[in-house]
Amino acid sequence: MMKSKLKYLENSIPKFVVTPTFLIMIIFVYGFIMWNFVLSLTNSKLLPMYNFVGFKQYIELFGSSKWWLALENLFIFSSLFIASCIAIGLLLAIFIDQKIRFEGVFRTIYLYPMALSFIATGTIWQWMLNPGLGLQKFVVEMGFKNFTFDWLVDTKMAIYTIVIAAVWQSTGFVMILLLAGLRGINGEVINAAKIDGASMPKIYWKIIIPQLRPVFFSSIIILLHIAIKTFDLVVVMTKGGPGYSTILPSIFMYQYSFSRNKLAYGASSAMIMLLFVMIFVVPYLYNELRKR
Amino acid sequence: MTKFRRIAGALLLLGSLSLFGTEVEVLHWWTSGGEAKAVSELKNELNANGYTWKDFAVAGGNGSNAMTALKSRVMAGNPPAAAQVKGPSIQQWAELGVLANLDDVAKANNWDKLLPKQFQKIFKYKGHYVAVPVNVHKINWMWVNPAVFRKAGAQIPTTWAEFKVAADKIKKAGFIPVAQGGQPWQEATIFESIVLGIGGPTFYQKAMVDLDAKALGSDTMKKSFDTLRMIKSYTDKNAPGRDWNLATAMVYKGKAAMQFMGDWAKGEFSVAGKHVGTDYLAVDVPQTSGSYLFNIDSFIMFKQKDADKTKGQKELAKLILKNKFQTIFNVLKGSVPVIQGVPRAPFDDIALRSMDEINAAAYTHSLLPSLAHQMAVTDAIRGAVFDVITKFWNSDESSSDATKALVNAVQNEK
Repeated sequence: MMKSKLKYLENSIPKFVVTPTFLIMIIFVYGFIMWNFVLSLTNSKLLPMYNFVGFKQYIELFGSSKWWLALENLFIFSSLFIASCIAIGLLLAIFIDQKIRFEGVFRTIYLYPMALSFIATGTIWQWMLNPGLGLQKFVVEMGFKNFTFDWLVDTKMAIYTIVIAAVWQSTGFVMILLLAGLRGINGEVINAAKIDGASMPKIYWKIIIPQLRPVFFSSIIILLHIAIKTFDLVVVMTKGGPGYSTILPSIFMYQYSFSRNKLAYGASSAMIMLLFVMIFVVPYLYNELRKR
Repeated sequence: MTKFRRIAGALLLLGSLSLFGTEVEVLHWWTSGGEAKAVSELKNELNANGYTWKDFAVAGGNGSNAMTALKSRVMAGNPPAAAQVKGPSIQQWAELGVLANLDDVAKANNWDKLLPKQFQKIFKYKGHYVAVPVNVHKINWMWVNPAVFRKAGAQIPTTWAEFKVAADKIKKAGFIPVAQGGQPWQEATIFESIVLGIGGPTFYQKAMVDLDAKALGSDTMKKSFDTLRMIKSYTDKNAPGRDWNLATAMVYKGKAAMQFMGDWAKGEFSVAGKHVGTDYLAVDVPQTSGSYLFNIDSFIMFKQKDADKTKGQKELAKLILKNKFQTIFNVLKGSVPVIQGVPRAPFDDIALRSMDEINAAAYTHSLLPSLAHQMAVTDAIRGAVFDVITKFWNSDESSSDATKALVNAVQNEK
C-alpha cells in the first residue's frame, strides 16, 4: 500500500514540478503571441483598441519601402554574420586544437568579447570606426594621408560595420563550441587516416568537419536568433542611421509601436518577424532532429 | 556632529511628510543634470504645501520609455496623478477619456489671461483644460562662435544668401561652417526653421501644422529642401550619429562656426565656462526674425479615484503656473516662463530676449508650434516627416522628389 503510494508520488512529482512553468509558458509566450496577432488586426494607435480592420496593417507594412529596407538589412546582416562567425570560429578552433603552447591564454582572449554586452561592444566599435576619432584618424596621423575607412558614416556601407562588431563579439563563442566538438572526435580515426596516407587538410575536410555537424547545427541556431533579435548593437553604433539606412525589423517594430504610437502597425511587423524565425528555424530544426 | 543632526532632522521631516501628506505621483523623464535639479524644485514646492511628491522618473529613449510605462499604468486602470506629455499627444490622451478637467484651477488662477492664446489651445480638449504647461523653449536659434567668423572675415548672416557667402569664407579659412549632429530630429530641427524662414509664418502654419497638401507640395517647400541641401554641403563628413551636445562643443571649441539648435544649447556653453556676447552669440536662424518656433513641456493630469489625490493634483497644477516656480524652474532648465508677467531679474539676456519675442510674436500670429519637437502634429506624422527629411539629407535625392515624398508620407499617415 505504502509502496504504491510512493511509486505514484515518484511518477507524478516531475509533472507537478513542470506544470507551473508550463502554464506560465503557455500564457506568457504563446498567449501573448496570440494577443499580439489580435492587436495586429486592429487599428490600435496609442493604446490597444479592438476596432478590427483585417489585414490593413500588413498591407501597409509591405507597401513601405522602409520595411523592405529593414528586411534587406536583416538578410545582409544575418547571412554575413552567421557565415563569418562559423568560418572564423572554425579556423580559430582548428588552430587552437594544434596542441599549441598557452592554449588557455589564447582561448580566453578569443572568448573574452562574449563577456561584454552588445552595448559595450557597440560603443567600442562606434569609436574605433568613427572616421574622426578612430582607425581612420590613427592611420592618417601615422602618415598615410589618403587612407579612408568611413563605412560607419556611409549610407551604403554602414550595415557592414554592424556585421564587423557582431562577428567580433560572437566568433569566440562559436570557436569554443567547435573546439569542444573537435576534442570529442576519436583520435584513432584520424590516426588510421594518416596511416592510409591522407593529408591533414583532407582529413579535416573529409573526416573531422562532417563529424562536427551537430555543433554547426547548434551554432547556427544560436547565431540566427541573435541576428534576428539584434537591436542594442545598432542603436548604440548607428542609431539606425545614417538616415535610416541601418534599420532592422526589431528597431522598426520598436519605433512604430512605442515612439510613433502605431501599436497595431508595430504588432504586424512583430508577427512578420516571428514568421521569419519560423520559416528559417523550424524546417531546419525538424530536419536536423529527425536524423538522430 | 551638527551636520549629522541636521541631516537626521531633515530625514525625520521628510519621513513625517510622507506619512501625513497625500501622495501625488508624477511621471517624468527629467533625469539629467539641470533638468533633474529643476524638477526637484517642483517636488519641494509641493511638499511644502502639505502633499507628498511621489517620483516616477523613467529615463531614456527621449521619453519613449516613460510613455511605455505610462501606457501600461493607464491600461491597468492605475494612472499616475500627472505625466509629462506634450503637444498633440495631449489630445490623443484626452480622447481616451482618462484626463481630469482642470477648469476650476484655471479659472481661480486666471490661466486664460496668463497664457498666450496660441499656447492655450494645446492644453485644452473641447474647451477644457486637461494639461498644465511648464516652460517654453525656442527652437529657431543659431549659435555662433564670433571668433571663427572674425578669423574667416565673415559676417553673421541674416538671410540664406548671406549665409552662403559667409559659409564659403569660413570653409576657405579651414573651419567647418555648420556643426551638425546627424540624427533625424536634428535634421528636422534645421528643416522646420528653413521652412519658417523661406515660407513665412502663414506658410509654416499651413504646411507644418495644418498639413495642407498644396502647401506641402509647393515650390516653397522645394526651395526649402534646396536650402537644406545647401546647408548640408557646409557640414563635415563625420556628422552621422553625432549627438547635439558634441556638435555644440565643436562650436565653442572653435572648430565650427555655427549650430542650429534650440535654447537648451545654452546649457552646454555655460557648462564649458563660455560667456554669451564674448565667447558665443545666439541669433535667429536666417530669415526667421520676428517668428518664434516653440517647444513647450507640459503635464497631463489623470482622473483619480481618491478625492484627496485629486486635490493634490490640482495643487500641483496651481503651483506649476505660479511666478515662484516658473522662475526657479526655468532658470535651472534654461527655458523661459510659459506665463506672462514673471519678474525678469533672475534671467539671462538670451532668456529675456526669448521672453520679449513671445510677447511680440503672440500678437502677430508668428508664434508657432515646432514639428520636430512634438508640438505640431501627432507622433506618427512627425515620424513620417522625419523619414522623408533624413532620407533626403542622407542621399542625393532631388528636392522635387523629396517634396513629393513629403506629400505622400503625410497623406498616408493622416
